[in-house]
Amino acid sequence: MITLTGLDTGIELSYLVAASLFILGLKKLGSPATARRGNIYAAVGMLVAVVATLVNQEVLNYQMILVGVVIGSVIGAITARSVAMTAMPQMVGIFNGLGGAASALIAVGEFFRLLNAGAFISFDATLIAVLGVFIGGLTLTGSLVAFAKLQGILPGMPVKYPLQQPLNLAILVGFVVGSVYLIVHPQSLPVFLGLVGASLLLGVLFVIPIGGADMPVVISLLNSLSGLAASAAGFILVNNVLIVSGALVGASGLILTQIMCKAMNRSLPSVLFGAFGGGGGAAASGGGSGADYDKTVRSLEAEEGAMMLGYAKSVVIVPGYGMAVAQAQHSIRELADQLESLGVEVRYAIHPVAGRMPGHMNVLLAEANVPYNQLYDMDDINPEFDRTDVALVVGANDVVNPAARDASDSPIYGMPILEVDRAKHTIIIKRSLSTGFAGIDNELFYKNNTAMLFGSAKDIVAQLVSEVKQLD
Amino acid sequence: MAGGLLTGLVVFVLASFIGFEVINKVPPTLHTPLMSGANAISGIAVVGALLISGPQNWSLTVILGLVAIVLATINVVGGFLVTDRMLEMFKKKEAKV
Repeated sequence: MITLTGLDTGIELSYLVAASLFILGLKKLGSPATARRGNIYAAVGMLVAVVATLVNQEVLNYQMILVGVVIGSVIGAITARSVAMTAMPQMVGIFNGLGGAASALIAVGEFFRLLNAGAFISFDATLIAVLGVFIGGLTLTGSLVAFAKLQGILPGMPVKYPLQQPLNLAILVGFVVGSVYLIVHPQSLPVFLGLVGASLLLGVLFVIPIGGADMPVVISLLNSLSGLAASAAGFILVNNVLIVSGALVGASGLILTQIMCKAMNRSLPSVLFGAFGGGGGAAASGGGSGADYDKTVRSLEAEEGAMMLGYAKSVVIVPGYGMAVAQAQHSIRELADQLESLGVEVRYAIHPVAGRMPGHMNVLLAEANVPYNQLYDMDDINPEFDRTDVALVVGANDVVNPAARDASDSPIYGMPILEVDRAKHTIIIKRSLSTGFAGIDNELFYKNNTAMLFGSAKDIVAQLVSEVKQLD
Repeated sequence: MAGGLLTGLVVFVLASFIGFEVINKVPPTLHTPLMSGANAISGIAVVGALLISGPQNWSLTVILGLVAIVLATINVVGGFLVTDRMLEMFKKKEAKV
């Protein structure tokens, strides 16, 4: 048994305290009553781990470290304070990338140190360094592409080109071959740099074909990977607190990934490799079920819509990504308040994958002070639509498409939906009749009891608010 | 396989199981805060960055470590603060009900 000095023992024990605080923090983050405290527990854990590391006698470079920490803290604090709630998916996306980048840099830096020391680099050390570079690099560029898509810098639609999957596979095989070569010849710097480049390239190529509506899955998966990257860095440095914390984040990201996949009735491989929206199957299916209804659309004026809402007994509001884009959550809250003052029962139906990240709609409605007890999950609200007078769909499309339930030839068939078509009336606020992300026509638009309000969600809801006021 | 790697693997697998047990059945409302809180925890890479940038003599490793410190600190500080900001909104609204 290796004997540790008193100081080292103290550091290891502090790491144990930090890891325990992370576990407790995550546990408390899982329940609304304790979530805020949970976050503080985790933050304290992080502080303990950092302080413990600083007393390590091999850490001497205090001035530069302090500069780094101050720069990082200032940027982090300003970003966290100023980011709009609608931009949360981008923010989490880019933060995943930063974590991945830090871990990749650790892997690269440690490999260089071993290389410069001229010592024998073991099989284990090379293998772990390669893993760290792979996961970290992939997380970095994958997150940057996800960020660019969410921010609108890159097109949100899937980017496809010929031989896409074979090309990715070829690079992946190349990476594996290069790794094996490096393990045998660890001194080969060009091969190592090639592996770094290949990891960064693969991150871009993996995420670029994935479209906007699949982003909840991608963000969750990248979240998981950023944890695994930290774990890999922990293996490299033989540091348990990194391994444990990374594993916890990896597990939590994976759970969210599973939940998101389930909510879309898709497997992870189909999200990653079977981009929606460009395929012939999607285009064909719109016509397949088209024979059942004549394609007439009932367009509505705000005044009429306000009357339907104001004289209803119960209204269910279904928010989607369109609400986030238009920043319409505050107007919606105002509309709900007006309706409630007229004695209308107002509830919100939240689809698990509405928006661009898990729980996206909940955060936006919370920002607008919508009471927690008015938000209903899919399973709780679906039986209620039969008794609902008006379902008001704001910027949602695929998650309310009845084809997912009825048309077995539809690409989204089997995805659980919010069954707004069972309500007595459905009002849909939408910019145009264009298809949703999945590129599938929505027969809901053409039903007899459906009415469309065309325009930007924010403008239309504001008009509804002023019209409802006049009903008083 | 060397002993260090093996011990690390044991720790990793057990910690993953704990993660799955602890986080299962989180209500959808908390998905975003859970994710951004977990994201902040993944900034634990800052500890690794501190370790490799420890030596006082300049080297490529130290420079990469310092860059990693900046990136990981943004992740940690920004992640915890934004999670708190979100959860504060959740709280405000519950108090109102």
